[in-house]
Amino acid sequence: MNFKGRDIISVRDFSKSDLLYILKIAKEMEKEKPKLLDGKILATLFFEPSTRTRLSFESAMFRLGGKVLGFSDEKVTSVKKGETLWDTIKMAERYSDVIVIRSPVEGSARLAAEAASIPVINGGDGANQHPTQMLLDLYTIQKIKKKIEGLKIGFLGDLKYGRTVHSLAIALSFWKVEMCFIAPDALQMPEHYIKELREKGIKCHKTSDVFEVSPKLDILYVTRIQQERFPDPLEYEKYKNAYRLDITLLDHIKKDLKIMHPLPRVGEINAELDDTEHAIYFEQAANGVAVRKALLALVLGKEK
Amino acid sequence: MKERRIPAIKDGTVIDHIPSRDTFRIIRILNPQEFKYPINLALNLDSKKIGSKGVIKIDSRFLTQSEVNKIAILAPNATVSIIKNYKAIEKIQVKLPEELVGVLNCTNPVCITSKEIVISKFKVLREEPLEVKCHYCERVYGKDEVEIKRK
Ligand SMILES: [Zn+2]
Repeated sequence: MNFKGRDIISVRDFSKSDLLYILKIAKEMEKEKPKLLDGKILATLFFEPSTRTRLSFESAMFRLGGKVLGFSDEKVTSVKKGETLWDTIKMAERYSDVIVIRSPVEGSARLAAEAASIPVINGGDGANQHPTQMLLDLYTIQKIKKKIEGLKIGFLGDLKYGRTVHSLAIALSFWKVEMCFIAPDALQMPEHYIKELREKGIKCHKTSDVFEVSPKLDILYVTRIQQERFPDPLEYEKYKNAYRLDITLLDHIKKDLKIMHPLPRVGEINAELDDTEHAIYFEQAANGVAVRKALLALVLGKEK
Repeated sequence: MKERRIPAIKDGTVIDHIPSRDTFRIIRILNPQEFKYPINLALNLDSKKIGSKGVIKIDSRFLTQSEVNKIAILAPNATVSIIKNYKAIEKIQVKLPEELVGVLNCTNPVCITSKEIVISKFKVLREEPLEVKCHYCERVYGKDEVEIKRK
């Protein structure tokens, strides 16, 4: 498997063996490798702020001995003066060895990858893709459950607009798993995804009642209901408190259920669950560094 | 009996087996206001192949490959016949390519193709019912949602 020079843009670009290889390298990256990317420079081009993703990439690069330059707010760059994304990338590729781009404009990362002769990693492009989140979710599941095959995974919250859910479901569909989509009808998983998953032989189940399916789940993946995705603020008000998990959940689950969340949360999971052995969302976030170390090393051809 | 609902043409193009409901959209793709030759069309004709079909006959005009590809988006079963001296000298079965480059507009207002000058690229996921995906924002469009470039 050779990832050198490859771009990391969308869940659609990966085969199952790609995913397995990334997970394997991520595991190796849990070890300290402070010289691996010595002399390499990462450019972080953040056209919208995202502290979590940026810090995680920067930490990954520093831990591998590389250096970082970039911006995290387009207001301070010449983009504000009307420079095209294409030209910004053509400039950045001359200063760095690998680029991470984050933008609210969908498809930015794909275009950046076409402009750049060096590898580009998508750090999130609007409502479209966020492949490093998907990979760290997958890594977390495999790490905590020691397998993916055969798991029953519940997705809860905004499944209609939630890109993390869409990407993770597509990635998981390489394995024989069962999926439960738990959401009010108006926020349910889009039908075309359900259809695609079923065509791949995935057993899918839809419900609005978390307790109906929670007793058989191995993983419960909770997402925030995001205000900015709603065209109508009144609609948001209606659903923002649709689910608030608290300790009453514990009476309706298997002993080894693990609860995941891409964070930040806004009340979907009560803090009283944080100290239970079910909560793994902070560990999940921390796994982002190992996964991003793996991706940086892979696309620079330095994983060995 | 031969098609007699529309007068025969001496030289030109006949587009047959168009779904009735998409006939006007196909006329529009051909920019009829830009040429002076007559166009005849018939709608709601019985068709064993597609149920209800439309036929377009265009006098003295021949289609470009790009126009034929655009027709395939809306009418994957269409046939395009080239008429010379009242005879069909060539009959082309339209074919949808796997990738449509510079043919469709992505109507997603937050797609990079609406912010920057980029040649649009769509992947054909399915021919019937049509499903195409923007190469950039990955949004999927059905037949009634696609916006075909006029030029
Ligand atoms: Zn698009």
